[in-house]
Amino acid sequence: MREIEVSRITDVIERLCIEANEHLPEDVKCAIQSCRACEDGEIARNVLDNIIENYEIADREHVPVCQDTGMACVFLEIGQDVHLIGGDLTDAVNEGVRRGYEKGYLRKSVVKDPVRRGNTGDNTPAMLYTEIVPGEQVSITVGPKGFGSENMSAIRMFKPSAGLQGIKDFIIETVETAGPNPCPPMVVGVGIGGTFDKAALLAKKALMRPLDSSNPDPFYAELEEEMLKKINELGIGPQGFGGRTTAIGLNIETLPTHIAGMPCAINISCHVTRHKTEVI
Amino acid sequence: MERHITLPLTKELAETLHAGDTVYLTGTIYTSRDAGHKRMCETLARGEELPFDPKDATIYYVGPTPAKPGQVIGSAGPTTSGRMDAYAPTMMSVGARGMIGKGARLPEVVEAMKKYSGVYFGAIGGAGALLAKCIKKAELVAYEDLGAEALRKLYVEEMPLVVIIDSEGRNLYEEGRAAYLASQKS
Repeated sequence: MREIEVSRITDVIERLCIEANEHLPEDVKCAIQSCRACEDGEIARNVLDNIIENYEIADREHVPVCQDTGMACVFLEIGQDVHLIGGDLTDAVNEGVRRGYEKGYLRKSVVKDPVRRGNTGDNTPAMLYTEIVPGEQVSITVGPKGFGSENMSAIRMFKPSAGLQGIKDFIIETVETAGPNPCPPMVVGVGIGGTFDKAALLAKKALMRPLDSSNPDPFYAELEEEMLKKINELGIGPQGFGGRTTAIGLNIETLPTHIAGMPCAINISCHVTRHKTEVI
Repeated sequence: MERHITLPLTKELAETLHAGDTVYLTGTIYTSRDAGHKRMCETLARGEELPFDPKDATIYYVGPTPAKPGQVIGSAGPTTSGRMDAYAPTMMSVGARGMIGKGARLPEVVEAMKKYSGVYFGAIGGAGALLAKCIKKAELVAYEDLGAEALRKLYVEEMPLVVIIDSEGRNLYEEGRAAYLASQKS
């Protein structure tokens, strides 16, 4: 049994909120650069050049890549041999978000009630997911999620008879509907299987997976490649101005599901797909 | 076509801009997004004056991050314009002519643009650090309680934009995509 003070988790989350918002992951930068190399339209190339210049400014000057510094999605993988001490874990996570968003001059974008609104003023609460895993470490991932793209996400409960074609059509339909709204080039996270709620979580987790990785199952790895290619034949292009680069990545995560169903969730993200992980 | 223009966005100037033009914009613009637009339209519905002069004005749909010490403004890229569609025709009816944002607009907004010679400019969504560089002055005008959504007056220099929808209703989202797809067939 290893004891970990929850205040350590607060400190890490504070730092990750700031770093994730100021520095894009290398895999995302590489994907943008390789799309720039293949892009042929003039406006499209200019947009991608500006996007590259933008993340370079953010890196150099330690400012947020995007003004929508997002809701703080926090994923904790807690080793089952860890004993968290010194306070309430949820409070500790929210304190990390509160400090990070204040100290990093990040935008406070959370309202305290979905209908009655009213900004909470400190970007809390975090969207917190905890998972118990083997071992005695705690893995902490912060993924600030902007809502221009979140709003274009979709979920559908398919009949199993819809099959693979149903999933493929749904992915294309969702990207088509999103069009220029989610600041393309997008990143597309797809969750298939589980239950209604699990499919959505899988789609979110798919966005946290590096873009240069593939689903370990060759069937889904191939589907990732095929769907990314199809999306980039739609012509929506960077910012929707027309061009090849509509998406820079597509990741699929799956789970077993019920004999009667085939849930599929699609979480849309943008070229500012941010996540950072630290293990303590 | 590349254009360097100086505000205010008069009817005459607006009508020379066309979908697909790259525009470098200099002058005074105002920031507003969801909550600010709701408040402004409520003000107009009560028959009261807006906190700024809307005549020939350009509104930037943005909620910036807080300025760090020494900065004019934090990161300041556009937000999704479609959420302002319910308010945009009202704003144009009192003289506001330019809109800066990103994403699709409803047909009723395009109709209002044709009626009032409006122009919808796109700034690059997600390029908040880059766009902040063009903002030379920022001043709070009203609605401070809305935080990032407060109404601010900005002075911008050579702000890089693209005309998405022009005063004739031509739309780069449709034309740009069609042109790209046609180029792939030839």
